[in-house]
Amino acid sequence: MESELLNTLALSRIQFAANISFHILFPTITIGLGWLLFYFKLRFEISQHPVWMRIYRFWVKIFALTFAIGVVTGITMSFQFGTNWPGFMEKVGNIAGPLLGYEVMSAFFLEATFLGVMLFGIHRVPSKVHTLATLIVAIGTSLSAFWIIALNSWMHTPAGFVMENGVAMPTDWIAIIFNPSMPYRLGHMMLASFLTASFLIAGVSAYRILKGDLKSAPKLALKQSLPLAAFLIVVQIAVGDMHGINTLKYQPAKIAAMEAVWHTEQGAPLVLFAWPNEDTQRNDYEISIPYGASLILTHELDGEIQGISSFGEDRPAVKPLFFGFRIMVGTGLLMLVVSWIGVWLLWRRDTLPRWMLQTLVGMTFSGWVATIAGWYVTEIGRQPWLVQGVLKTSDAVTTIASHNVALSLAMYLGVYIILMAAYLHTLFNLARKAIVVDEYETGNLTDVALADAASRENRHV
Amino acid sequence: MFDDAQLPLVFLGLMAFSVLVYAILDGFDLGVGILLPMDNKQQRDRMVASIGPFWDANETWLVLAVGILLIAFPQAHSLILRELYIPAAFMLIGLIVRGVSFDFRVKAVTRFQRSWDWAFKLGSLFVALSQGYMLGRYVLGFDQQAVAYGFAVLSAMGVAAAYTYIGGAWLVMKTTGPLQLRASIWTRRAGWVAAAGIALVSIANVSLSPTVAARWLTMPNAILLFPLPVLSGAIVVFIDYYLRNQPHAEDFGHSLPFFFIALLFSLSFIGLGYSYFPYVVPHVLLATEGASAPVSLRFILTGIIIIMPTILLYTAFTYRVFWGKATDLTYH
Ligand code: HDD
Ligand code: HEM
Ligand code: HEM
Repeated sequence: MESELLNTLALSRIQFAANISFHILFPTITIGLGWLLFYFKLRFEISQHPVWMRIYRFWVKIFALTFAIGVVTGITMSFQFGTNWPGFMEKVGNIAGPLLGYEVMSAFFLEATFLGVMLFGIHRVPSKVHTLATLIVAIGTSLSAFWIIALNSWMHTPAGFVMENGVAMPTDWIAIIFNPSMPYRLGHMMLASFLTASFLIAGVSAYRILKGDLKSAPKLALKQSLPLAAFLIVVQIAVGDMHGINTLKYQPAKIAAMEAVWHTEQGAPLVLFAWPNEDTQRNDYEISIPYGASLILTHELDGEIQGISSFGEDRPAVKPLFFGFRIMVGTGLLMLVVSWIGVWLLWRRDTLPRWMLQTLVGMTFSGWVATIAGWYVTEIGRQPWLVQGVLKTSDAVTTIASHNVALSLAMYLGVYIILMAAYLHTLFNLARKAIVVDEYETGNLTDVALADAASRENRHV
Repeated sequence: MFDDAQLPLVFLGLMAFSVLVYAILDGFDLGVGILLPMDNKQQRDRMVASIGPFWDANETWLVLAVGILLIAFPQAHSLILRELYIPAAFMLIGLIVRGVSFDFRVKAVTRFQRSWDWAFKLGSLFVALSQGYMLGRYVLGFDQQAVAYGFAVLSAMGVAAAYTYIGGAWLVMKTTGPLQLRASIWTRRAGWVAAAGIALVSIANVSLSPTVAARWLTMPNAILLFPLPVLSGAIVVFIDYYLRNQPHAEDFGHSLPFFFIALLFSLSFIGLGYSYFPYVVPHVLLATEGASAPVSLRFILTGIIIIMPTILLYTAFTYRVFWGKATDLTYH
């Protein structure tokens, strides 16, 4: 029985991690892309230039596909709480429930309903109403991120409640929603989403150009997305730094593991590479910058960082955090270098050389890598707690027989593998199809608007 | 507005409302999926076009219903989903497959498109069957006897038929010409199966559960409730009569079957609700047992009172935008 429960726990964790990891890939794109689509449509509204419509039409198809996968995998998520984590709702349901409820009511209905108008209503409603629908969908996805991140942050830095008979009772909703880590996490996640969308647009546009698409749409899309990425990555790094400082205050064990600081130190070094060794409680093959970690985290050379060994049993595994964090930051730095070189080249020469286009194609899904790595750091770093200091993961698990969890997990994984293959295949198929389309159909444009737009294009593009 | 003791009942009502709206709305688009004719691509395209703008919002009612269950009745939520773990997983897989097929069926490379149509059709059927099965298990309080499982299988087929019924009626309303005629035939067939299903499930329900029997078959309830089954029967007969005489001049009354079936769904649902009120899990858990803390319920209720009417309003707006016969789906 003991081992049965353990199996159920292990399998439930794997299943939850698999489902949420698969789910988050798609919102990460749609949240940012939704706003960019609104921007493209707005530019069209203002200039009436067909190239904006072209970009909009191409990306709205990819948005629709991505959104659909986001929705259906999200529905799975909303069942997971009951199926695999009954203890979660029984103990903190009074707080988690309303936050999830507000997400459904204020965000899901909004985005799902106006999505219909956005995707299929362009000829049924006036153009301005259609633009408005696009805006509402973007607002909806962001609202949804707001509520779910509020809940997730509350699990990391719980506030605004008291425990009564072992159950969390809300006392202050504002404190619950705007809990101490929430602004950082929300900001970091929104930026992650915009970065993911920007690199996706840049990558797919570069792919089209490499395949010989000389129309103005992919080029313009590239010229919009790359500078955006170059700007946002700088902001992201700054926000990430503040996020880390906030975490040091509330979840010091997580930071210790991320930085692989085993024993409490003043002037802790910044470990660039190492192989953390759980048995000897030290790092093998360490390469580090003296005082680096203390400087970054406390902004003082001899600031104190609490070591892993001082947290006893209640601390996360070191390796996944250490490497996960380096994958995220590494990807971030790569994004920085690539986007800045790209923007500089564009500024100097107005075109990108082949190798740069190829690099961008290679970076198409870099946002996914950093996002998943970041979430793993965050979530594994909270273990063994499910709600920091309030509820342990092992106390929340379901009593469903482990073979049932194994069966459902196998089904999900099978479906996800097929879906991912189909998604990537279709994405590039859409890009290839777009290559053979002619330059704009001018049918619905007046000559004046076209001439005007063309001269604009000559000036700016 | 409500005192603490009434709050769970308010939420029970809200949950029932979402389930009913879900059954009608996602019912029709699942039904259209089940009916997808694999022998005619043009008709398939038109059928999918008729539900394209709606399916996502329709599914959101399921998320809301499950959400209310989770928010207001966490104990019932874990009890139900523990008992229904495997059928729920099947349903979710069905929803995933079906939801993505919508896009893949037109965007994937041509040689895979037909497979995605199949995925759409079978996924829809899968979802309908597992929902019916879950309903059947739920209604009998997850009874472990063989006869209860048999009842669940019956309920699975009943629900699939009912969704097909309303899906067919949706097509009668949203299409013209040969497809409309074809849909009329489908709807009639599904109607008889669904009617038989509803009748059988009702009889089984009364005979398997003494409490339900007591509610329906004692005086004066029996007389007061008598109109419910009679009206339901009349609706089925009327719709069949209308569809038998298709096509009607100038498409007269093309939306009648859909709205009458929606009424039929509502009547059946009221019947079900009457049988089990105020249980949140029939025979097992009362709504007042294990509800969430009143502070939390109040906090979310405030939101519901403000937001729900807005949702209904903009839902009406989108149905208005896409009112009339379906046209081809384009992003342009
Ligand atoms: C930061 C963003 C984010 C995160 C962390 C999550 N989601 Fe999500 N979710 C969204 C952002 C999002 C979104 C942007 O709103 C989606 C994705 C694409 C979409 O269509 O809407 C969505 C869709 C979506 C849907 C379908 C909504 C509909 O019918 O329109 C559900 C039920 C959930 N999610 C539930 C969850 C749950 C229970 C999560 C956590 C355990 C979760 N999501 C994590
Ligand atoms: C969206 C990106 C997210 C990713 C990639 C992610 C990933 C993960 C991973 C990998 C774990 C397992 C940690 C471990 O067991 O060692 C986990 C745990 C968990 N997360 Fe998240 N998470 C995300 C967001 C969320 C959100 C938004 C919530 C809730 C509001 C949430 C709730 C939970 C819960 C309940 C667990 C406990 C289950 C477990 O420990 O396995 N997560 N998550
Ligand atoms: C390069 C500098 C970066 C730094 C210093 C940084 C810092 C951090 C820190 C400290 C955390 C963990 C916070 C916690 O759990 O308490 C985190 C999480 C995360 N990071 Fe980063 N990050 C960086 C880059 C990126 C990039 C480029 C992306 C994506 C494009 C990204 C996406 C995420 C996500 C999605 C999470 C999990 C959600 C959250 O806790 O905010 N990060 N980051």
